[in-house]
Amino acid sequence: MAKVLMGGNEALAEAALRAGCRHFFGYPITPQSEIPEYLAKKMPQLDGVYLQAESEIAAINMVYGAAGAGVRVFTASSGPGISLMSEGISYIAGAELPCVIVNIMRGGPGLGNIAPSQADYNQATKGIGHGDFHLIVLAPNSVQEMADLTMLAFQLAEEYRNPAMILSDGLLGQMMEPVEFNENPPKEKDKPWATRGAKGRDPNIINRLLIEAEALQKHNLKLQEKYQLIKETQCRCESYLAEDADILLAAFGSCSRMAKSAVEMARSRGIKAGLVRPITLWPFPEKEVAEAAKGAKACLVTEMNEGQMLLDIRLALKGRIPIHFLGKSGGIIPTPGEILEEIERIEVNLRG
Amino acid sequence: MAEKIAARTEALTENPFHYCPGCAHGIIHRLVAETIEELGVREKTVGVASVGCSVFAYNYFNMDMQQAAHGRAPAVATGIKRVLPDNFVFTYQGDGDLAAIGTAEIVHAAARGENITVIFVNNTTYGMTGGQSAPTTILGQKTTTTPYGRDPHVNGYPMGVSEMLSTLGGVAHVSRVSIYSPAQVNRAKRAIKKAFEVQREKKGFSFVEVLASCPTNWRMTPQDALKWIEEKMLPIYPLGEFKTAAEEGK
Repeated sequence: MAKVLMGGNEALAEAALRAGCRHFFGYPITPQSEIPEYLAKKMPQLDGVYLQAESEIAAINMVYGAAGAGVRVFTASSGPGISLMSEGISYIAGAELPCVIVNIMRGGPGLGNIAPSQADYNQATKGIGHGDFHLIVLAPNSVQEMADLTMLAFQLAEEYRNPAMILSDGLLGQMMEPVEFNENPPKEKDKPWATRGAKGRDPNIINRLLIEAEALQKHNLKLQEKYQLIKETQCRCESYLAEDADILLAAFGSCSRMAKSAVEMARSRGIKAGLVRPITLWPFPEKEVAEAAKGAKACLVTEMNEGQMLLDIRLALKGRIPIHFLGKSGGIIPTPGEILEEIERIEVNLRG
Repeated sequence: MAEKIAARTEALTENPFHYCPGCAHGIIHRLVAETIEELGVREKTVGVASVGCSVFAYNYFNMDMQQAAHGRAPAVATGIKRVLPDNFVFTYQGDGDLAAIGTAEIVHAAARGENITVIFVNNTTYGMTGGQSAPTTILGQKTTTTPYGRDPHVNGYPMGVSEMLSTLGGVAHVSRVSIYSPAQVNRAKRAIKKAFEVQREKKGFSFVEVLASCPTNWRMTPQDALKWIEEKMLPIYPLGEFKTAAEEGK
């Protein structure tokens, strides 16, 4: 298929349709509104369901109902809306229902602003709702990946019966790039557990209440086993010039593009810089990051927040090398020049 | 051999109800289940249990069930019904769930005319958490969180959900019934059946409010509790059909 020029949010929405998703429930919020607008146009033509809910709370519960009824379904929002969805996401994860949730991040906390940000990393990877559970979190860094990772998210969600999140931001959502859609969408899995009417079988019950302590613990241990399996098999990570790097940069999402430019600028000045980019933020590619940092003398984490993935990088590198941080927030994006300055400072220190 | 004149409906499981003595949920569960059996739709029904004493409804209704977060049942039911427009979808919600935390969900499901049936059990209190005041608690009524009685200057006024919903365009059927006497139980059954028939005809949102007793939290005998519905609740929550799109109601 030929490449087409598309905005990130539209490409994501189109990829969801090509993944066979025909159900979307959402609520308007900047900077993700192109997604529902695109689907409001397309879904009726495809006999699909586009429904604008009365709130994000209602939207995620509609997703819960639809996922329970056994269809591919997704929703999209941004920080404040995702916070409202967190109750429903906890139910969905607990009930092991597959669905995709998109967060086109904006500045926070509170109403924050509508500028690009990566401030919801901790929320997505660590604390998106009450209880012991994880989302699968995928972080694209291009319009192409907005499309590719969306298809992957549907596949992983169904494979593991777990909600999957696309954690992107306003920059990727709004910008345009050429994109080529995967022609082999993920095959839909059988869902014998779905509530579609108990015809000729015992009732299916989708339930998030286990009043007996032992029963709830047993369920939690089952979830943990699943998470362990996901950790072992689904970590995704990209390295760039990391092999011989003295200074290894770590960045995800749109920020990794700035970091990559900074690496190239540093290399042209004779500084051996490299980059590691986690693509799955949960499971976090700990081993891959440690491997990329094997020969490095220092690490520089750069994010569009005040230091969130930074903690996971620290855990992965186990104090072996000094870790520096360059963060910008409120919608400010670190420029390659600023990152380069930081690299040069570190380089001077290394030479001592 | 004696003639069999009554039997357990196949739309209920054999699990014994956990409800308190004199609680109305058992009767209302049975009315809903009998309706589903009589319409022959058990195998194409998906029920949504809410949060409250009836959270365990999925243990009793012998059909596919989803359990929803507090107040969210109409949104969950919307999701199911939009996926399965030819199936029957109902929610079973109490007054804390529907009239407090879930007001946005119920109002908008109604306004959209979602083709679902909502069974709303109004017993003026939060039963499961121990008898706290609800939006439907009547003025002067003592609860664990209105120990001096509901004072409108502090706690506001009781909410007439049926009256409110019947003003909305997408709503096809609203009635308020009760279970304080055998005659009222029969009327409640007819109303529930009508509501499901409205759904079958795809006419829109159908809603039945059932005034119910909670002897445990009202600190009354089951008998006194039924009397209390008749004497204290009816003046505030008049019974009747507020709106219907059912053929016979026209």
